[in-house]
Parts: sequence; C-alpha cells; structure tokens
Amino acid sequence: MIQETRAMLEFADDPKQIELATYRKNGGYDAFEKALKEMSPDDVTQEVLKSGLRGRGGAGFPTGRKWQFVPKGNDKPKYIAVNADESEPGTCKDRVIMEQDPHQMLEGTLLAAYAVGATTAYIYIRGEFQKSIRIVEDAIDEARAANLIGKNILGTDFSCDIWVHPGAGAYICGEETALLTSLEGNRGYPRIKPPFPAVEGLWRCPTVVNNVETMACVTQILRRGGDWFAGLGCEGSTGTRLFCLSGHLKRPGVYELECSTDFTLRDVIEQIGGGTLSGAPIQGVMPGGSSFPVLRADELDCGFDIESVAKAGSSLGSGAIMVFDDTVNVRDVVLNISEFYSHESCGQCTPCREGSDWVRRMLKKFQTDGPDEGDIATLMDVTDKMDGTTICALAVAIVWPVQSFLKKYPEAFAEKVTA
Amino acid sequence: MLCHDSKLEPVGVCRMCAVEVEGARVMAASCIREAEAGMVVKTASEKVDRCRAMLTELLLSEQREESLKESTTGDDELYALQRRYDVTVKLPQGNSRPMDDSSPAIAVDHQACILCDRCIRACDDLQNNDVIGRTGKGYTARISFDLDNPMGISTCVTCGECVAACPTGALLNKELSAPMRPRSELKAVDSVCPYCGVGCGLTYHVDTEENRVVFAEGRDNPGSQGRLCVKGRYGWDYVQHPHRLTKPLIRVQYPKAALSAETVNSDRDGKRRKPGGIVDYEEVMPAFREASWDEALDLIASKLGGIKAEHGPGALAGFGSAKCSNEEAYLFQKLIRVVFGTNNVDHCTRLCHASSVAALLEMIGSGAVTTTYGDVCNADVVLVTGSNTTSNHPVAATFFKEAARAGAKMIVVDPRGSGISEHAWRFCQIRSGSDVAFYNAVMNVIIAEGLVDEEYVAQYTTDFETVKETVARYTPEFASAICGVSAESIREVAITYGKAKAAVTYWGMGMSQHVHGTDNCRCIISLALMTGNMGKHGAGLHPLRGQNNVQGASDAGLIPMVYPDYQPVGQDDVRAKFENAWGVALDPNPGLTVVEIMKAALAGTVRGMYMLGENPFLSDPNTNKVRDALTALDFLVVQDIFLTETAEFADVVLPATSALEKNGTFTNTDRRVQVGRQALQPPGEARTDWRIICDIAARMGHPMEYGSSADVFDEMVSLMHAYRGLSHENLGATGKLYPCPNPDESDGTIVMFGDGFPTENGRARFVAAEHTGADELPDAEYPFVLVTGRVLEHWHTGVMTRRSHTLHAREPEAFVEIHPDDCTDNGIAAGDFVRVSSRRGAIRLKVRPSAACQPGSVFIPFHFREAGANILTTDKLDPDGKIPEFKFCAVKFERLDP
Ligand SMILES: Cc1cc2nc3c(=O)[nH]c(=O)nc-3n(C[C@H](O)[C@H](O)[C@H](O)COP(=O)(O)O)c2cc1C
Ligand code: SF4
Ligand code: SF4
Ligand code: FES
Repeated sequence: MIQETRAMLEFADDPKQIELATYRKNGGYDAFEKALKEMSPDDVTQEVLKSGLRGRGGAGFPTGRKWQFVPKGNDKPKYIAVNADESEPGTCKDRVIMEQDPHQMLEGTLLAAYAVGATTAYIYIRGEFQKSIRIVEDAIDEARAANLIGKNILGTDFSCDIWVHPGAGAYICGEETALLTSLEGNRGYPRIKPPFPAVEGLWRCPTVVNNVETMACVTQILRRGGDWFAGLGCEGSTGTRLFCLSGHLKRPGVYELECSTDFTLRDVIEQIGGGTLSGAPIQGVMPGGSSFPVLRADELDCGFDIESVAKAGSSLGSGAIMVFDDTVNVRDVVLNISEFYSHESCGQCTPCREGSDWVRRMLKKFQTDGPDEGDIATLMDVTDKMDGTTICALAVAIVWPVQSFLKKYPEAFAEKVTA
Repeated sequence: MLCHDSKLEPVGVCRMCAVEVEGARVMAASCIREAEAGMVVKTASEKVDRCRAMLTELLLSEQREESLKESTTGDDELYALQRRYDVTVKLPQGNSRPMDDSSPAIAVDHQACILCDRCIRACDDLQNNDVIGRTGKGYTARISFDLDNPMGISTCVTCGECVAACPTGALLNKELSAPMRPRSELKAVDSVCPYCGVGCGLTYHVDTEENRVVFAEGRDNPGSQGRLCVKGRYGWDYVQHPHRLTKPLIRVQYPKAALSAETVNSDRDGKRRKPGGIVDYEEVMPAFREASWDEALDLIASKLGGIKAEHGPGALAGFGSAKCSNEEAYLFQKLIRVVFGTNNVDHCTRLCHASSVAALLEMIGSGAVTTTYGDVCNADVVLVTGSNTTSNHPVAATFFKEAARAGAKMIVVDPRGSGISEHAWRFCQIRSGSDVAFYNAVMNVIIAEGLVDEEYVAQYTTDFETVKETVARYTPEFASAICGVSAESIREVAITYGKAKAAVTYWGMGMSQHVHGTDNCRCIISLALMTGNMGKHGAGLHPLRGQNNVQGASDAGLIPMVYPDYQPVGQDDVRAKFENAWGVALDPNPGLTVVEIMKAALAGTVRGMYMLGENPFLSDPNTNKVRDALTALDFLVVQDIFLTETAEFADVVLPATSALEKNGTFTNTDRRVQVGRQALQPPGEARTDWRIICDIAARMGHPMEYGSSADVFDEMVSLMHAYRGLSHENLGATGKLYPCPNPDESDGTIVMFGDGFPTENGRARFVAAEHTGADELPDAEYPFVLVTGRVLEHWHTGVMTRRSHTLHAREPEAFVEIHPDDCTDNGIAAGDFVRVSSRRGAIRLKVRPSAACQPGSVFIPFHFREAGANILTTDKLDPDGKIPEFKFCAVKFERLDP
C-alpha cells in the first residue's frame, strides 16, 4: 500500500503552524539561521544541487542549476520571485503551503536569496487567493518583526526584504517572464528567452523564479540535508512532492508522496485516490495538469516518476493528476481545455492568439456537429504550426492536450462522411 | 516580416520570421534571437515555409473580404506574404473585431489588426506619446487608445506615426483630397514641411492628373528621422481649399475699413460673431474686383512709385514672411532696399525671437543655434524653458522626450505646464515674467557651489565679473520670493545643471516675448557660458525657431538693420559691397521694425506697404491699433494665398503660391538648409512669389531677372559667407547644416564654437541682467495675467490650418484656459463663454479649465480671428530686441450668458 511521506506537510494540520512561534518551536528558521551563520552562499547552493531538487512549477528544471546561472560579481541588484500564481487547472498545492505553513515558503525564499545574493524577494500570489495573501502577509510581518526579514538579519550583514504582490487574474502571469513583466507594473506579457530570468529578469536584473513548493523543498533540504532529500523518491525525481488528485475520484486531495518506479500511476490513482467515485471505469488521466497530453485508461501502468510518465507520452507537470471516468464526453473535456487556454492566451503571438481561438471554434463545432471531412487533418496541421513557434509554452498547452485527445479517442472525433 | 521594423526595437511577436535552430525543440524568431557562435540555423526549409504559410492563412482568415490598404495604396504586407507563400485561405473565416472611425484623419479597423505591436512602439518609442496599448486577452486582445477609448477622444495627437508603421489596413489614412492610390501610380515629391522650424523632411505622394496631394509621409533626414506631427502629415489640404486666390484683386470699396462685419470679435462695435470660422468671402469679396496681372502690377508700381516720389523712400515699407523661402526673402529685402530705397523691411521673426537673436549676437556673435535639437541625445541635463515644445515643435519634442526617457535629466522652467513638463525630471513653474530672477539665482548657486568652469571662462569669455557681481544679490531665497519656486528647488536644479557633463538649453517664445526678453536670454546664455556648456556635443544654446523659415528669412536679410548674413547696413565697407553687387546706392540708415512700422503708419510717416505672406492684423499686438494703422495707409499691397484679415485693408491683393507649388530653400531651427520642391501646379493665375517680386521690381524701373529660384539662391549665397558652398543641387534630398563649406563630403556642422566665437576678440562676452518684471502688472481692475501662445493643430493666424480638415476638426474654435480654482471662484464651468478684456479691448470665447495655468493667469491661443488674443495684448517693446510682450498683460474676465 502506498503511503504518504510527510515532510513539507509534517505540521500542516496544526492550525497554529502559521504562527511564527509554533513554526520556530517545530524547528523553523533553524536551517536559515545556521546557513546564515555557518554556511557560505555557495554551500547552500551545493546542498540544493546535492538534493537533486527539480522545480515544482511544472517544467521540472533543476533548482540548484538555475541558481548557478545568476551571474556573480555583477553589481546589479538581484531578485527572488516566488511563483505563487497557481492557476493551472487541477493544481492546488501551493495554496496548501501558503495557508497552512507559510513560513516554510518564506524560509526557503530567504535561503534562496542568501544563496544568490538577492536583497529583495517578491511573492507573486494569485489574486483570487485572498486568504493566502492575508496569511502570507501576516507571516512576513511577524518574521520581519523578529528580524528574520529585513535589514541585517539576525545580526549578520545579510539583508533581504520580502513583499507580496497579488496578481490580477491572468493565468499567463504564472509563466515566469510574464510574472516579471506584471511585477514591473506592465501587462503580463511573457518575454522572449534567452535571456533567461536568472540572467536578466526583473527590471533587467538577475532574478530567480521558483515555485512555492520548490521553496518549501529548499527549507526541507537545508533542515534535513541534501542527502536526505536525495535518498527519497527515485533517480530524477528525488524528495517528496505534493500531488493534487482531482476529478472523478473517491478521495481527491493534496498528498505528499515520493516518486517511484516500483509502483505505477494507476496504483496511485487507486490506492491514494481510492479509484473512481462512481466505480465506473476510468476513461482518461491528465497526470500533470491540463496542459499535458492525456493518457488513456490502458496507458496508466507506467512508473510513478518524471521519467516514466514522460516515456508514457505525458508529464507529471505540476503534479495535478486529473482523472475522468467514462461518463464524460471527451469532446466536452477537450473543448473545455481549449476554452481555458484560448481565453488565457496573452494575445502576443500570432500562432497562439489566432490559433488557440481558431482551435476553440473548431472544437466547439465538433462538440455540436462533429468534424467534417478533412477537419481533423486541418486541426492537426494548425496545431502543429502552433507548436514551438511561440514566445512561451502556453500555446503548446493547447496543442498537446488537443492533439492527444484527437489521437487517443478517434471514435469520439470521427469525421462525417459526405455523400 | 510583420512585426519587424528597422526603426523599432524588435519584439518578436508575429512569429512570422521563426527559423529552425539545430538542436532546439522550438523555433526561434530571427528578428530578435541573437546568433551565437556555432549555432546552426535553417532560415529556409519546408518547415519554416509551412509555418509561415499557416500563420499567414490564420491571419488572413480574420481579415475582411477586401483589405482597404491593398485596394488603395496596395502595400498591405500581409497580402504580400500571401503572394510570397502562395496561400489560399481554406480556414473558416472569423469576423468579430470592430471598427473605430472617431479620429478625423485615421481609420482604425481592429478586424485588420494583426497585433504586430508596431503602432504601439511607434507611438511609444518614436513619438514618445504612449497613447496606444493593448487591451483584452487572447483572441479579444486588441490595440487600445488610453484606457480603451475611441481614438478620436483619446489623448492621441494624430501624428500618424502609427499609420506609417502599420503593415495592414488596421490604421489607415482617411481620404483627405483625392482617392488613395498605390504609390506606383503617384508621383513622390521629396519636400519639407511648410509649418514649423523643425523642418521635417517629408514626401508628398501626388496624383498629377488631379493635381492633388493624396497623402504625405515622413522622410528620413538626419534631423527629423522620418517623424512628423499632425500638421506635417495631415495639414496640407489647405492648398486645395476653394478660398484660394486665383486672380489679382483691386479694391473698389472705399473708404477702407475691416470688411468682415466683425472681423474679430471685438466689442468695439457691439456686434458678435458666431464662434469659429475663417474670413467670410461673401462678405469681403464685393469690396474687390478681379483684375489682370498687368493692371494690378501697373497700379502697384504707380502708387508705390508715387508715394516714394512725394514722401521719400522712408514712406514705404515691406513685411516679408518667415513662411516664405530663402530666395523669396532675399529678393523681397532686395526689392525694398534697391527699388523702394529704404531699409524698412522686417518680418515676423521680430515677433518671435528678435530678443534671442539680439542677446546671442551681443554675447556670442552669432544668432543661430549652437547645436541641433537631435543633439539632445548627447546631453545629460536638458533645460527646456519658455517652450511648449510638444505643441509648437512637436517633432523636436519627441527627441527631448526620448532623451528624458533614456535618463537625461530634463529641467522644464515655464509659468505654464505643457506636454513637455510632464516628461520633466524637475518642473519649475515660475511666475510669469520672473525668469531673470530665477536664472540669476541659479547662477548664484553655481558660483557659490564652485561649479563655474573657470578654465572655460578664462579661455573663451570676458566680463564674467559683471555677471558675478549682479547675481550675488540673487540668492535662492531672494529669487524664490519673486519667482515662486522654492529656494531648495532652485538649488537642486542649479547644482544638477552645474554638475552636468553636458547641458543643453532649448527655449521658445516664453523667454523671448517679454519686454525683458533680451535679458531673459542673456541669463541663459551666461549660464551656459559659465559652465562651459558650449562647443561640445550635448551642450549649447538652441532657441527653437517658430516658423519653417525664421532662421533662413533672417539669414537672408529680412531685417531692417542688416543685409543678408547679418551684415550691418550702417557699416560702410559692407554697404559698399552690396551697392556693388546690386548696382545702386543704398540707404545707410537702419529701417524700422514691425511694430515701429505699424506705429509709423498710424503717425502717417509710412504710407505705402507691401506685405508678402504676413497677417499682422491677427499676429501683431494690440489689434485695435493695428486696425487703425492699416486703415491709415495710403496704399497697401497684400500678396497671399488666401484673403487674410490683413487683406481686408488692401488696395491690391496678389494671388501667390503655396509652399507646395514652388521650389525654394528653407532653413530650419537647426540651421539645416533644405529644398522644398514643387508638388502641385498653382491654381488659376496664381504666380510664384519670387516672380511677383521681380515683376514689381521691373515695373518700378529696376528689372531683376532670374531663370529659377536656384539662380536666386546662387546670387544670395555669393553674398553670404555662412552659406558658402551651397547650391540647390548639392543640398540634395536631406539638405545641409550650415556652415557646410564642403557640401560634397559633409552634412555640415552640428556643434558650433568649439574654439571661440565670431566676435572681434574671439571671445564671448558676459552681459548681466537685472530683474525688472513685466510692463503691465495685474491690478485691482485687471487682476489676471494673460499668456498668449499656440496650440498643436494651428499655425499662426490659422489661415492655412483652419482650412485643413484634420487640424480644424481637432481644434475648431477659440478658447481660454483658466485654472480650475479661478473657475470655481468665479462661478465658471467648462464650456461657458466669458468676455476677457484688457485695457485695449475685449473678446468673447469659451472656457477650458486647465491646471496647466497657474492660478491668477489665463492662456489664450492667438490663432482664432473670432476672438483674437492680440486685441488684448500690449505693444510695449523690449528695448533691444524690439519684440512685443505677448506673454504678459493684465486682463479680467466675466461670465457671459449663453
Ligand atoms: C503558461 C504557463 C503558466 C505557468 N503557470 C505557473 C504557475 O501558476 N505556477 C508556477 O509555479 N509555475 C508556472 N509556470 C512555470 C513557470 O514558468 C516557471 O517554470 C516556474 O515558476 C519555475 O519555478 P520552478 O523552477 O521552481 O518550477 C507556468 C508556465 C507556463 C508556460
Ligand atoms: S504563446 Fe500565447 S501566452 Fe505565450 S506569449 Fe505567445 S501569445 Fe502570449
Ligand atoms: S514638427 Fe514642425 S516641421 Fe515637423 S511636421 Fe510638425 S509642423 Fe512640420
Ligand atoms: S518579424 Fe520576427 S517575430 Fe515578427
């Protein structure tokens, strides 16, 4: 039977954990204090590198490596931006951290700032998360009052301030460069990379953008050691991770799990999620949020780690495992996905702005009338040209699911034969 | 490709230029992705082509059935891509983006918009106006004006830079004169904008059969770099206005008086005129009859000849115009001097920068700018003073704003807030008329802080002590009480200016049009000299010239005390040179200036006048006096393209040609001499101005013969050291910055006086100035200060601009700006009519509350005949520049019942 491994969520059920006193009593900020007093910034980065931590925002980029891209000996200010815009359909884990253990994120943020030499950090929180915003702001105030944030922290010469920046309701602002343009006060438009934010980010200064959960992991790593983290999970997917199980499940929710090649995605759905609520067979699973390809019921026997799911043709993405049983019409599912992304396209790039809406209109037609002859080929053609031709990855967040649905459920998208 | 434009920073949004990069999963936008060593790029491949074709098809599927750009000017870049990639649109058509027809000149079609961002960058980065942004997400994303207002009611200034940048039919010029047609079917005429001193290069696209300009475009030249303002791009359709004069007119109705029942809305005769409007021809024309050229010219020759014979040459005078070309200015002053036999020749420069020129000549020996407006990009401190640059020198302002955005500290000193002050690093809103006190204090601080460039002062100047002595009394605290700017701000600004590596000063008529205008200018010249801000890039002095040819007309000698190139008429060797060149004996006495001539007319000492393209009735101070002066003249010839208010007093009116109908050179504010080229045929019997001058000369017994305006130019240049080497031919398309002794190799001189000055001892001379204040201060009866000026859309007395569709539509009527607090105190609301009066007259006009004015002062633009601001102004003159105080007089206002 698969069990949760609670590290990040160890104290999450204690309602007092959001208070600084309780957090400290439970060992909070010890790691940070130790790092400040006993470790060099590089030591901190080394520990994170050793842990094998990969970003939890969806792309899975190794966190220590990202930090290493920040140029040294550059006289520009450096920034940390914590991505708390959590808007990917199905993803609801960062909110748990912010609302149940906010200091854990702040401690990771301070550690990151210390490691890269940043003196200001912004927590960019999805605007709808009013409660998270309130709790995080209170936590910052408490930490600032305790000289854990601010000038000359704990008597050292390290200074770092942290500010909350609420988003204004655009999904695209979760994309790291859009997040930065939004922070600068502009429309949240993704920027062209390179340059990457670690080299040229906020106000064209080096900026590390990391997800909330990534920051929580950093706290765990410095608290318990990189080796400890590396020893959990499996190769390429070390540590623990928050998975958001949703859809037609008996026990949806956020679970802290280790990845493994010893059990399968199906095992997780059945043992952790409890199988479908209705008992009806699974029709499909989107294992990494709605922006990755769907897996059919017969494709779920892959290992439960980044590598294996990728081999199966999808991705663990942001850890949002969405399950739908055979009571739904996949045409509705794919239309819903395209509606979301076409609505959230920032509108900068031609392929995404024009293409995504075009795809939506086509799928709308499919839903009511079904495809006409040649429609599927045209749709494939259009989506092909949207893939890899845009500034950010939002466009492929339409392309991948749409193409996968068309390929995997051909019976649902059978073309009308014209006489 | 679609979003790329070589003038703009790349943004890489259309994705049309995507290329394959080996080893990368995604394609790269080649317009923005920098090549790296070892990178293997495929710029053409099946994948690349198919992507482009698909994107083109996607975009085309959103277009209307017919592209309004493709079907008119034929240069829709999206359709060019369609041809290039052979795209047939099979995708189902979308059709849900709106049109916006609210602007007078620009049609917005969101359906044709491909969101390439070019217009946004053109507006932000070229014109620095920040009007266009985007609104909406995804498919509903669209360009928006301000906070998604219709373009016509947004802060858009209709410069049309966005239209020039737009690759599709989303932003199109509306038809102004003749149907839009492809460039290939039109004749492109490279010319110069006829409005302000910025002298933007432009190209008129002319339908020669229709004899119509179809549209105008900015043309790259080293100054304006292709930018234009609303006047340049859309303000040329006046040339085809039905009011154009096409035949000589001879007056039949005497005694003379203003012919429009209410030429101006003066309360003098108790009549009112409905707001808005230009001279009503039906009312005025019956006073004239059409005549042949021969008859008109004979009449002129006999009348003017008669006055000369009876009262002597001094009874004649002429007003030339800074709107006319160098050739015309040269011939005009030659006619007055050689044929009329007097030096009574002046023009409107007297009314704009005479005091600047007086101070510059006195202190540094040269009246022209020492550096260009474009050199602002090299300055780290920019002082803009007495200049509403965004309205009056719009394209120069774009460069100032650009410099400010790039980090230069722009200090704006002005009693009135204007578009440029919004871009200032510090805006010092001094009280009207307190400039000398303010600048003396600035110099006081610079001296006190040890920021004087001692080495420069020692090497290149004399008389520093006099200034040092004078400004010693002007402590910031002392000056603050006079100018209203805090002592602290004065210090901060002074120290910033003093520490600048390069500081440049631009000024306008807010400095010059005062009874202490010359003193104002002396101060800023001293400031630049004592800090060594001269003779290097990003530093220097630049009085922004008002009209297109203020610089040139002055250079060419349209000034009573000097011949071409500022050579004094009173100096014997100089006079001998001109006598020799022109073959007659010349009058050694300097003539009268503009306002003096008007006074002499009133006094009966000047009896006959020839006015070429000037409209003193509206442009000179104290209109009621001008009215009497014009009525008093025995004989007045007016040569113009329309019947102006001044022409109402004429005995003979001669139909002239507009700038678009002739060849000639114009010298802009930068000293750039440029050729304006003929785009259209003149209407009816209208004649080129320089030929008319020669015709008059011939009838008066002194034939002057030239084959072309280029020949006139050659003769003029032969007498002008500053213009040496220049000819119409070598001026080419983009002109030259004089001095330019080697026009074949060089564009000319940007920075002057790197090594001394054209004075006798080679040094600049400091001249101190004391604060004296305005002539007519507010009092209990007339408690407000009147500042007059201009608006972006209009030009001088509105003769041209009010006959231009776009300009008139944007700014149709007279108004007075009053501070909102003063409005409240006086129970006045926006749109109310008020009667504004001074000791000299009264006018009636609409109120526009505006915080740009200081409380206690009001602003009135002088373009509008129905409420001529100059009815109110005083004709008191600056003693050195002889410029009237347009920028200060005492007025009162009262609300009128609707
Ligand atoms: C369209 C789009 C939306 C995204 N939204 C989020 C988000 O809401 N939260 C997040 O952490 N990362 C999001 N990402 C990923 C971020 O761009 C970035 O990779 C991440 O913040 C990096 O942090 P990490 O390295 O800690 O994962 C998004 C990416 C894309 C392309
Ligand atoms: S891919 Fe879409 S969301 Fe991303 S930058 Fe382009 S238009 Fe915006
Ligand atoms: S700035 Fe002056 S010269 Fe240039 S287009 Fe405008 S009016 Fe003409
Ligand atoms: S031209 Fe490169 S993306 Fe538009």
